[in-house]
Amino acid sequence: MSARRLRRRIVSGAMTALVAVLSFVAVLALVLILGYLVAKGASSLDWSFFVKNPVPAGQAGGGVANAIVGTVIIVGLAALIGLPIGIGTGLYLAEYGSGRLGWVVRFVADVLNGTPSIVVGIFAWTWLVKPMGHFSALAGSVALAVLMVPMLARTTEEMVRLVPHSLREAALALGYPRWRTSLRVIARTALAGSVALAVLMVPMLARTTEEMVRLVPHSLREAALALGYPRWRTSLRVIARTALAGIVTGCLVGIARVAGETAPLLFTALGNLNFSTSVLQPMQTLSLQIYVYATGPFDEWHRLAWAAALVLMGLVLLLSLAARWAIRQRHGAAR
Amino acid sequence: MLTTLALLLPLLLLALVGELAVSAWPAIRRFGLSFLWTSVWDPVAGIYGAAPMIFGTLASSLLALLLAVPLALGVAIYLTEFAPKWLRQPVAFLVELLAAIPSVVYGLWGIFVLIPFLRAVVVPPLRATLGWTPFLSGVFYGNSLLAGGVILAIMIVPYIAAVSREVLLAVPVSQREAALGMGATRWEAVWTAVVPYGRAGLIGAVILGLGRALGETMAVTMLIGNRHDIGLSVLQPAYTMAAAIANEFSEATTDLYLSALFEVGLILFVITVAVNALARLMIWRVARGTAVGSRAL
Repeated sequence: MSARRLRRRIVSGAMTALVAVLSFVAVLALVLILGYLVAKGASSLDWSFFVKNPVPAGQAGGGVANAIVGTVIIVGLAALIGLPIGIGTGLYLAEYGSGRLGWVVRFVADVLNGTPSIVVGIFAWTWLVKPMGHFSALAGSVALAVLMVPMLARTTEEMVRLVPHSLREAALALGYPRWRTSLRVIARTALAGSVALAVLMVPMLARTTEEMVRLVPHSLREAALALGYPRWRTSLRVIARTALAGIVTGCLVGIARVAGETAPLLFTALGNLNFSTSVLQPMQTLSLQIYVYATGPFDEWHRLAWAAALVLMGLVLLLSLAARWAIRQRHGAAR
Repeated sequence: MLTTLALLLPLLLLALVGELAVSAWPAIRRFGLSFLWTSVWDPVAGIYGAAPMIFGTLASSLLALLLAVPLALGVAIYLTEFAPKWLRQPVAFLVELLAAIPSVVYGLWGIFVLIPFLRAVVVPPLRATLGWTPFLSGVFYGNSLLAGGVILAIMIVPYIAAVSREVLLAVPVSQREAALGMGATRWEAVWTAVVPYGRAGLIGAVILGLGRALGETMAVTMLIGNRHDIGLSVLQPAYTMAAAIANEFSEATTDLYLSALFEVGLILFVITVAVNALARLMIWRVARGTAVGSRAL
């Protein structure tokens, strides 16, 4: 009897230790990856790395100025296209998404959310690169936007759903027309600009948004409706005010995710050894540069690849931490 | 206006599927179903069969699951059941940070850190003990199914762990209390009362991880070796569908070649959609029955 009990205690202790070790291993993987990035990349980060362009293969020196600028332009353009569509879709899902269309949109956002980014890349190629006759940064941006939208939509939806109706009412008094005007302007600019990047962004956003909104208790919703607020006005209110932090978080996460994407850019933005700011021409990004340098034969390239990876990782981490900070502004007391 | 915006997504999906199907049609008409199970991929002769890529995609993803599932479940169980309160948020945050690392950075790290590590530390003892099995035969050059599977495992751990954690958190405290009250040890309470309660949600989490692994492109392309061949040994190079598109799309000189790559893309798309839909369905069923896992997704 007591021997059996002892055995059960030992098993319990051993398994507890095992899951603790497994957690340690997972954290260790992160530490090893970030540690190597710093150890191998930091020494190459000097002034010329940031302000010079790549030199011909085999020569020493050179930098990634073109890739840094390219990353900012392509991701910025993608955000311009993807954010309005993603957020708008998320709002729709959160506030009006209970019907059949809502179900379809939500399902589609989830499907697109799981779509391999390389598939979106060849899709953008057939729709933009092939008709235009040449690779372009714009096509890359559109591809990234497509990746961004489903996640953004779902995040936004979740965020908006988190907002209690009482807060909706308060917000209503403050800013409906301004919000709508800005949304309209952004949406128009974005649509005129680039479609593919947006395609990536929207499903992501739509799904995120929905989840947020769904968390609002029904009682609060009913109370608001009982007080006579039109549905659309309340939903706008909500967004403009309380869900903002959550939506900002979703946007930052979405941008961080596409900033490191490489696959959708292989056949759209293509990469460029020279400095270029024209969105209708091929453009370099940090991710493409890392891919080329890491798989190339030169030690000098490997050194630059580590440095570029450190910069890219820093950028992504900054966005992720900003997202954390933004959500904490909203939930600070609760957690 | 919001409704118009929301309609964009379904239209986008239709355009995506339609475009893939149209572009793949010449290859589909030419090779029919044999595209799925023949292994000749000869652009010069104009013959294409995708079996090695389909095999490699499934094999690398399953290998990744084999490594990632115990790890991710361990993390989720530790963080919800055993870890001291002050440790939970920071560790969860660090594990989720793994999801923020770009794929191409994983690839870079894999080439210069993981592969040398596998070659020096992991592979020699594996071969010494299990080298006689078909799974560990042949020479290890570095780029291999093993390297691709390990990097994929690290990449999907944060997804599986995060969703599993949400699922376990949603299991009512009464489940634990009941088990403990009947004299179970803490581990027995977790293993016999908590985990089975959230089982469907946990399976959903694993399938979501699988969906991620199937479509992952850059890191795998950089590590798996890119060889058109079906082999059982994890030490040998392999190929995946995503890697084939990444490597060959810009070199596809003939229309048929391009079309074959589009068909690969279509197959990849269909598989990932099916896997994701399955995961959603599982989590849905749980959500309807017991509410466990509904919040997680």
